[in-house]
Amino acid sequence: MGEKIIYLDNAATSHPKPEAVVQAMTAFMREVGGNPGRSGHRLSIEAGRIVFEARERIAALFGVGDSSRVIFGQNATEAINLGLKGLLRKGDHVITSSMEHNSVMRPLRALEREGVALTVVRCSREGFLDPGEIGRAIRKNSRMVVLTHASNVVGTLLPLEPIGEMCRRQGILFMVDAAQTAGVMSIDVEREKIDLLAFTGHKALFGPQGTGGLVIGRRVDEKTLQPLKRGGTGSRSEFEEQPDFLPDLCESGTPNTVGLAGLRAGLDFILEVGIEKIRDHERKLTSRLIQGLLRISGAIVYGSGEAEKQCATLSFNLKNWTPSDLSFRLDEEFGILTRVGLHCAPLAHKTVGTFPEGTVRVSMSYLNTEEEVEQTLKAIKTLARKGA
Amino acid sequence: MSLGVVLFASTHFAIRAEKLVKEKGFVVKLIPVPRHLSSDCGVCLRFSWDLKSKIEETLNHAGVQMEGIHCLD
Repeated sequence: MGEKIIYLDNAATSHPKPEAVVQAMTAFMREVGGNPGRSGHRLSIEAGRIVFEARERIAALFGVGDSSRVIFGQNATEAINLGLKGLLRKGDHVITSSMEHNSVMRPLRALEREGVALTVVRCSREGFLDPGEIGRAIRKNSRMVVLTHASNVVGTLLPLEPIGEMCRRQGILFMVDAAQTAGVMSIDVEREKIDLLAFTGHKALFGPQGTGGLVIGRRVDEKTLQPLKRGGTGSRSEFEEQPDFLPDLCESGTPNTVGLAGLRAGLDFILEVGIEKIRDHERKLTSRLIQGLLRISGAIVYGSGEAEKQCATLSFNLKNWTPSDLSFRLDEEFGILTRVGLHCAPLAHKTVGTFPEGTVRVSMSYLNTEEEVEQTLKAIKTLARKGA
Repeated sequence: MSLGVVLFASTHFAIRAEKLVKEKGFVVKLIPVPRHLSSDCGVCLRFSWDLKSKIEETLNHAGVQMEGIHCLD
């Protein structure tokens, strides 16, 4: 690709990655290549160390005391499925919001058919959630509240702390989908009282696709957790039953070690730069984007409207343009890559008022620049003037 | 000098233990679990037997659960 590209689809997956991520993965393939935890030779042990260190860094990033409670898997979707299907049983009640991604909504709808009661609390058009609404939805049999940390459609942040507090007081588990915020927002499972934290490796954590996981808090009794898969773990090999301790209970089969080598390097990058600095930069970009869009005649910006209240993802439309045409022209004529449609979150679009047409979504990362935001605004302005 | 090994439930704990005791300056090595001790496919931590109490203390202090300590003689 010789042409200059402005990549603004980081909420789908971040690109580019820090060079160290690519190097760590290449080094693993060339020089390590062993199967972690399966054999006793040096390359297997070295692979095991890589997985261990990736776990330790996740624990450090999210304030988890015991890294054996960090479970790695394919992505946030798998992690969310593990938390929901692994713990919710017939007769339980679960509460979620109307801003959720299908990664939460679809497993919940499937569980509903199996006898789990579900309440979906409506958010405002801006994507805000009133914690009181969650409180009012709590019943005697409420077992879990599951919320996205930030909408993948409009970026609006949901209030974790008061809801975590409320859940803790009432003995309800609190699960957070941090797919959009892990790596850009400060998250501390103790401070926010999160019992289950689902994260993806390939977005703001700068790892490769095929990495993610679930932090299982101390309040979750792993004896009550059903793993999604059972199989080889390298431990307790003499038994035909799955080990009952973490992480092995929930990690069967050879892991994505090359991916975790990349994720470890991504985490090193984040820990080195610091979450505060990453957040500051993204806030600045978001603020500039919102202000610039609001000045374009015919632009409709969805979401909180304030960089402080959201992550670096937002949705917009231009009057008289269909989102797909707009996104296509931005790509074709300006090399600006956005995402169009419903973003796997139909209910969130219904909440925002953009269903079924959808929106153009712009999502930035720490590696985007102010200059790129200016160029994007200029391109949108040019198209708005030209008309569809 | 006699050698001993610490067994763990999982590789995760073996690697954690190795890191902890190495930070204390003890010379240890992860090796395959000797077949007569367990049929696990994993690794255990080998150490010089005279360090037994210090290694146990370090691991207990850090809350690393051990599955057993054996002398290899």
